[in-house]
Amino acid sequence: MAATHRTRMDRAFDIFNYTVLTFVLIVVLYPLYTVVISSISDPDLVNSGKVWLFPRGITFEGYERIFSDSSIWLGYRNSLLYMTVGTVVNVSLTLTSGYALSRADLAGRNFFMLLITFTMFFGGGLIPTYLLVKQLGMVNTMWALIVPGAVGAYNIIIARTFFQSSIPNEILEAAQMDGCSNTRFFLRIVLPLSVPIVAVMVLFSAVGHWNAYFQALIYIRNENLYPLQLILRKILIVNESQDQMLANLTDMTEQQRIADLMKYGVIMVASLPMLVLYPFLQKYFVKGVMIGSIKG
Amino acid sequence: MDSNSGAAMNANTLTGTSVHKKKKLNRWLRNYELYLFLLPTLAYFVIFHYVPMYGLQIAFKNFIAVKGITGSPWVGLEHFERFFNSAQFGIIIKNTLLISLYELLFAFPVPIVLALLLNQVTSSKFKRVVQTVTYAPHFISVTIVVGMLYLFLSPHNGLVNHLLQALGMEPVFFLGSESWFKTVFITSGIWQNAGWSTIIYLAALTSVNPDLHEAAIMDGANKWQRIFHIDIPSIMPTIMILLILSVGNFMTVGFEKIYLMQNSLNAGSSEVIQTYVYKTGLLGAQYSYSTAIGLFNSVINFILLLAINTVAKKANQASLW
Repeated sequence: MAATHRTRMDRAFDIFNYTVLTFVLIVVLYPLYTVVISSISDPDLVNSGKVWLFPRGITFEGYERIFSDSSIWLGYRNSLLYMTVGTVVNVSLTLTSGYALSRADLAGRNFFMLLITFTMFFGGGLIPTYLLVKQLGMVNTMWALIVPGAVGAYNIIIARTFFQSSIPNEILEAAQMDGCSNTRFFLRIVLPLSVPIVAVMVLFSAVGHWNAYFQALIYIRNENLYPLQLILRKILIVNESQDQMLANLTDMTEQQRIADLMKYGVIMVASLPMLVLYPFLQKYFVKGVMIGSIKG
Repeated sequence: MDSNSGAAMNANTLTGTSVHKKKKLNRWLRNYELYLFLLPTLAYFVIFHYVPMYGLQIAFKNFIAVKGITGSPWVGLEHFERFFNSAQFGIIIKNTLLISLYELLFAFPVPIVLALLLNQVTSSKFKRVVQTVTYAPHFISVTIVVGMLYLFLSPHNGLVNHLLQALGMEPVFFLGSESWFKTVFITSGIWQNAGWSTIIYLAALTSVNPDLHEAAIMDGANKWQRIFHIDIPSIMPTIMILLILSVGNFMTVGFEKIYLMQNSLNAGSSEVIQTYVYKTGLLGAQYSYSTAIGLFNSVINFILLLAINTVAKKANQASLW
């Protein structure tokens, strides 16, 4: 019988499917889990490969060092500041321009859209942008991290698509009939109806600013202005590659032992804001991608 | 989408031209706020995107800081020739193309497969767990991901090498090896982004008409057959759009991550156009030379985008425009 053949094949598929996905689950989760257990385990046991499933020789020395390290906290503070200011600028520009461009009665909007969309496919590149930022006197200031990426073409398209599809024209007409100005309409009617898109924009922008390092690498020389990601780069990567250059020197000092422990802890501390917020915000993130996937 | 304004226009013509003009003027005046909304963003795009495009001319000049962009002397294609004839040229192009190619071959299909599999999961709880976990690495910064790579792949203390040794194999210095660099780069990229990239395909899969599946089940089609004959054809337009976009960025590889993973030991395999531009341009202050390289890169990307979009259009598949 075709039907029994079918159900047998379907069962085979289900077994295959759940096996593959469970494997994927473990592969993705395990490295993250290892960081967590290694950050509180005896570094000697971690380094000799004895920590696999549970923390061993529990110690909080790594975290103690991290909490007493001033450069990490300075970086933390800087990153919070850049993230906050950057997100406010980014979201305000995205929403206002996205809304204006969503209005069918905006003369010239196709031209403006073209002007903005073209930058997604072609640009001046690294050096001309750098020279411009330098000429504007932004090098070594927080503004170099905020203004050159103040708003993104893709985000504007997402916001515009959202406004077009979720603000009914009848409301606008009724409001205009009552003499409501565009600003008032935007603030009182559009924004309250757009909580999901505002949330998405805030989240994308905040995550982007929190995780960015390259802008700071180019524009920031003053270590007191370093965002957390540059401090992390110093601790995790620059130092590590030096360590590996000296890989044949087997003499492990106590200092290196602690440095290794700190690396795991630092990853935890730096990802903390994301780890805490992520489960609550996940559905908004997904929503953002979904809105973006609708062709504008 | 213009039906409403069209209706308004019709109403206007009925009431006479003077009223019509007055109304049109009113609309302009009323909409001045919208232009104010748009102004800062337009200013931003002109200053930070179109002014640098104007600055691209230094690729054909010898940029001298005191003379500025317009004042510097023209040198024609000198910088391009120098780049094409440099010893680095072949290596950089090869690395850039190979990394892009591997990404297209190995990283691009993974989220598609993952989405097709996830779509067949009947237990919504299990599905949610897999989604939550696989999306998570997307939110970790590249600095941390590369930091984790250095920790886990360390030749002496790393988890992976302990595992290899336990299996009786020789430890490998993954990040200090030219032959391993691309594998590590692509694999860790899949780990970080494959889950997140499924979202767009899952969204496309939810719009597949359930009648198709029901009819197929009636005809005795099993899940494998339904995936191949219903699901995959249904999400083909989405796959095409994403393929076009990634081919349009073929010469742009994940620079930020490559730069962090790069060291003197793996440079022969990890030097790509953008890392070279950054090093010669900003660290070596050869502004004109590296602008020329960057321009070469952008133009190739742009041509590729136009080409693949045309091909996709000809083949009656989805296209960007």
